[in-house]
Amino acid sequence: MSAYLDHASATPLHPAARNALEVALQDGWADPARLYREGRRARMLLDAARETVAGVLGTRPDEVSFAASGTAAATLALLGTASARRRAGNVIMVSAVEHSSVLHAAQHHEQAGGRLVEVGVDRFGRVDPAAFAPVPGTAVASLQHANHEVGTVQPVAEVAERLHAAGVPLHTDAAVTVGRVPVDLGVLGADLLTASAHKFGGPAGVGILAVRTGTRWRSPWPADEREGGRVAGYPNVPSIVAAAAALAARTAELAAEGPRLAGYVRDLRRRLPDLVDGVELLGDPDRAPAVPHITAFSCLYVEGEALLTELDRAGIAVGSGSSCTSDTLVPSHVLVAMGALTHGNLRVSFGRDSTQADLDALLEVLPGAVRAVRARLGAGEL
Amino acid sequence: MTTDGPAGTGTGPDRAIAAPAGTVDSRGRRCPLPIIDLARAFSSVAPGDTITLWADDPAAGPDVVAWCRLRGQLLVAVRPLPAGGEEFVIRRLA
Repeated sequence: MSAYLDHASATPLHPAARNALEVALQDGWADPARLYREGRRARMLLDAARETVAGVLGTRPDEVSFAASGTAAATLALLGTASARRRAGNVIMVSAVEHSSVLHAAQHHEQAGGRLVEVGVDRFGRVDPAAFAPVPGTAVASLQHANHEVGTVQPVAEVAERLHAAGVPLHTDAAVTVGRVPVDLGVLGADLLTASAHKFGGPAGVGILAVRTGTRWRSPWPADEREGGRVAGYPNVPSIVAAAAALAARTAELAAEGPRLAGYVRDLRRRLPDLVDGVELLGDPDRAPAVPHITAFSCLYVEGEALLTELDRAGIAVGSGSSCTSDTLVPSHVLVAMGALTHGNLRVSFGRDSTQADLDALLEVLPGAVRAVRARLGAGEL
Repeated sequence: MTTDGPAGTGTGPDRAIAAPAGTVDSRGRRCPLPIIDLARAFSSVAPGDTITLWADDPAAGPDVVAWCRLRGQLLVAVRPLPAGGEEFVIRRLA
């Protein structure tokens, strides 16, 4: 019995996206910047996709641009705002648990002579809005809407309010939440938002960048006239159209799907401590709000990579934030910032086609997989 | 990759200073081996007594703290070692 439970990494193409992609490959292949009929047809498809995405996210269409990935969008959001606000200062503020795309952009800024300030989190992985007070010279701040490793939702609106009182714009990385929970940029209060289509059932290769009107922003890279001057290069119209179709379809599904997936998370967290000794559940949906589809835990005396391999052999795919699963051998910065056990870490994430049978398959296999890895490390009796 | 040799044999690179007797030397051993070494040695520690662990894996710091929390034991001290890595002193509460 196999189960794919890593939907926070990537989730299968939504049927609505598949249909839209076929239509757009047929009708939207031409250059949307050209004025002849084929170009106008591609332009109409692109404009319609932009309107759809803007409508879902509570923004204006001209505030939305499409980039080649969520990472590219986050890089543009941070570095473009830092660049335009150079006179206000050279500090980029981020939470300690941001996605690597945000941290890499901030580190790039630091290597170019700027400053980077990190804000810590509590044991649920959540920032304290009062601790997110901008230091003098802050050009831009970045706080994820929800954490990618443990699912904890951040107090974005409260942080945005505090930052705005000091005249500092906020970028929110909403890659975890867009297409998973309702996201309205007006309610969030952030000035910039980024997301990634392959995480909500769109095709790979589409990032969303929303920049609110009035936000000071200047392209950090050589720019052209595409995508409102924010993203250079020929846009991938068919994939953008498919991404918008996926997002629109997802929006209609969330009300029923959220509670169903949250039920799986609750079930997993309830059953796991009885099935595996020495397991630490991370985050806590009852005490710190979390997205419905992600949960994480760490198992004592277990090598994360060995556990992933053992589960894969049984047909179960999950994610891990453990250092032994990365090339760097450095423990997950998210788990370290939370003070959580960094080894033996697994992230389980559900999607629209996940079922109770998938969860049951995981829990059927997991205790034996943990036992096998512990025995191999000589930790079977501990 | 991990080093699978037993703890206390100084299997890691450049062990300029030998660990004193009674100290669990997990230097050069990758996560989660230092924590396994600690747990194994802990079974012979009497309640109220302490045990000392030397480790240089970057995950050892957060994982020793987490192990103490999960197992209800007390991390008394963390000190940097002159030749790299850290010394952890853990007291058995029960």
